[in-house]
Amino acid sequence: MRYAVGIDLGSTTTKAVVLGEDRRPLGRGITNSRSNYEVACQVALSEALIDARFSLVARELEAFGLEPGAREALRLELERLFRAEQYRSQLAELRRVLDRNCRRLLTKPAALPAALTRILDRMGAEVGDLYAPGARRKSDFFRDLAGSRYLALAEAEARASGVGFDLLAGAFDKAILEVENSAAAAGRFEDHARAAVARLSRPEPLLHAAVDRAAATELVQVGSVGTGYGRQKLPFPEAQVRSEILCHGLGAHALFPGTRTVLDIGGQDTKAIQVDADGIVTSFQMNDRCAAGCGRYLGYIADEMSLGLHELGPLASESTRPVRINSTCTVFAGAELRERLSLGEKREDILAGLHRAIILRAMSLLARSGGVRDQFTFTGGVAKNNAAVAALKALLKENYGELQVNISEDSIYTGALGASLFALRDASGGAA
Amino acid sequence: MSGPAPTPTPEASKDSSQLRQKEMIARHFDRLAAAPETGEKTAYTFVPGNLSELLLSFDVLPVLPEINSLQSAMRGRSADYISLAEKLGHSEDVCTYVKSDIGMLKSGNIGPTGQRLPNPDLLLLSYTGCFTFMKWFELLAQEYQAPVTMLQVPYQADGRITDDMRRYVVDQLRRKVIPTLEQVTGRAYDEDRLRECLALSAQAEDDLVAVLRAARHRPSPIDAYFGAVYYVGPIFSSFRGTRAAVDYYRALREEIEQRMAHGLGPVTPEGEMGAERFRIVVEGPPNWTSFRQFWKMFSDEGAVCVASTYAKVGGMYDLGFRHDPQRPLESLAEYCLGCYTNLSLPTRIDLIVRYLEEYEADGFLINSVKSCNSFSAGQLHILREVEARSGRPGGFIESDLVDPRYFSAANIKNRLESYFQMLQQKSRNPNPVAAS
Repeated sequence: MRYAVGIDLGSTTTKAVVLGEDRRPLGRGITNSRSNYEVACQVALSEALIDARFSLVARELEAFGLEPGAREALRLELERLFRAEQYRSQLAELRRVLDRNCRRLLTKPAALPAALTRILDRMGAEVGDLYAPGARRKSDFFRDLAGSRYLALAEAEARASGVGFDLLAGAFDKAILEVENSAAAAGRFEDHARAAVARLSRPEPLLHAAVDRAAATELVQVGSVGTGYGRQKLPFPEAQVRSEILCHGLGAHALFPGTRTVLDIGGQDTKAIQVDADGIVTSFQMNDRCAAGCGRYLGYIADEMSLGLHELGPLASESTRPVRINSTCTVFAGAELRERLSLGEKREDILAGLHRAIILRAMSLLARSGGVRDQFTFTGGVAKNNAAVAALKALLKENYGELQVNISEDSIYTGALGASLFALRDASGGAA
Repeated sequence: MSGPAPTPTPEASKDSSQLRQKEMIARHFDRLAAAPETGEKTAYTFVPGNLSELLLSFDVLPVLPEINSLQSAMRGRSADYISLAEKLGHSEDVCTYVKSDIGMLKSGNIGPTGQRLPNPDLLLLSYTGCFTFMKWFELLAQEYQAPVTMLQVPYQADGRITDDMRRYVVDQLRRKVIPTLEQVTGRAYDEDRLRECLALSAQAEDDLVAVLRAARHRPSPIDAYFGAVYYVGPIFSSFRGTRAAVDYYRALREEIEQRMAHGLGPVTPEGEMGAERFRIVVEGPPNWTSFRQFWKMFSDEGAVCVASTYAKVGGMYDLGFRHDPQRPLESLAEYCLGCYTNLSLPTRIDLIVRYLEEYEADGFLINSVKSCNSFSAGQLHILREVEARSGRPGGFIESDLVDPRYFSAANIKNRLESYFQMLQQKSRNPNPVAAS
């Protein structure tokens, strides 16, 4: 099967979208960018290709005549068990790397190897619960999931065994980069999928057959386009590189063809983009060199509050009296936050104020780009934050009246989707 | 992450007119450096509305502080100068031309050629729309204890020069500026000498206009923004009204006409430019700290600037104005009144729309500089108006004149690439692909 891929190398995450020749998205993959774009690109692509095979499984199940509900249930079950297998595989790699690094240490507490083994054993024993049906996971990244459990267990282990917590935490920090960058550790679709099928509570011959067929399908890349801040680092020729402005414009148009104005709030950029009826960019504005009010700002705030990024929005939504905050300077974010806390303001009220401040800054950029036209599409990682979305909707209504606000579940992939459409167009000889 | 060892920046390519200009400037700065010994008088003055011919007729040597600032930036010195000025109490928001100049002054007043600049005998302030110029000279007056003479040039709010405006400026020239120059130099005003200088100015202006208009040709043999900075150098600074300028512009014109005849594009610091892909009009001053890198961001994309408003800050010659020996003071007054910095927003919009059409440009870019409120105020309005009237897309980038802290290469490159790709996309049959 032939496919085109678009890769969006953002400052925080790298996203890949695999598109079939029928222009239907086949798979998506995401990983931390970490400043190593080449690896991030490989990891995101390999994730997207795994996801593409899940789409193929769903198509096979459809071909077998299964009802949509049954298909989706089987697919979700397969994916849950698959991810658990993948987690086990990465955990094994983590154990190997930790063990190797530990042996390389010239001086170490005698209890260290056993402490590491106990932590990893416990993590292995928890996999079933972590991926139990209906279990909620805080992140899709191995680094986050494993890291949070490892550190919690390391704390207990430090207390019990007397091995320093810093030593245990440092060992993880050193090992995790290698593990998450390892495509081998992430594993192959067919291995994990077959192992997942074997773990099903009752035999599913159709799913078994669908997995076999999906695994046997040859995926041939016919085009690729890179976009995002890291695009210059891509191992792509110049002709295969597009600006993220164009990619977000086209991606938003593909998701919502009625789109005329796009707001993208990413890690370090906020972009206000106007597109025509064909998704062609007609004008745009970006924040200048300062990343105030961008996604990274929320990241700092989350760190300052010892919260996960995904927890900010829900907490801010609990606010009853939002604090008025004007500054969105990322550098001063911590100082601003501490000052407000010292004044006795509630965390949720401060957070609500911060979210509104970010959106106010975006509103200014939108005005500069030519205003807001119906329909309005919000993309980028911040579009997943419900407090930011609520503030945006309120301010849009206040300034531009009623209009349709589109937010896709997959908004974070908008740039990569646009890039994949360009890749497909290039592959079919169309104009760029 | 280790990368390849950085390669040294290759020597910038220069055409013969640039080398000639370098010699002219060197001679001028030799005279300035020797002025304390030779007794030649010097006046500090600004580019917009400069009265070069009048100074020349009194044998007064001009020094242009904003040119010195931009030269400091191109030599990589402005960061230290600005930092020194800030240490002395000038805030971060003050125009960086001013701070670079103050820092240079406090560091020994060593000019672009490495020679010491003389103290001014006069600060000649021709006020043409920049309020900061006044404050700048207040500071210099304090530093040098030199007299200031101010020529008040009325703003062209209605987009035209009235008789009253002209008379008002001529009256000041007669009653204030000329008597001050007589007093400083101890010489009488010589109108015949002034007429001679003005006649030479007009000759050089004709050739400069021919050079700038060469950009109407495809491919354009010049870059009318980055390259034009060099072309307008002599006429905007100390050489207007001199025989040297006439010779320079004649030679430059011949050089450009030859390039045009051979179908050549502009010469950039990286060498001959490749194929012309985009024709762009630019509004706003360039960034000087990363000038070469900034230019490369255009030339790498095949973007040629075919017209720019910045190349008109020292005179709107392409619109027909010439210094006129028959009406010496009146034409000096008209020159000052017609400076780009003295024009209203509607006039600036008209001008950019006119350039887009006349030079068959694909679009226009605005470089909004942090330092210069008089240039930057209203630029977003200009953007929207020009887009609406011309139907051609505008792009917006932000940087600064001479403070390297405000040039974010990654951000600017990102915007420029996005803009050029947008132009490319719009110029082709869109034929978009929609995902189902």
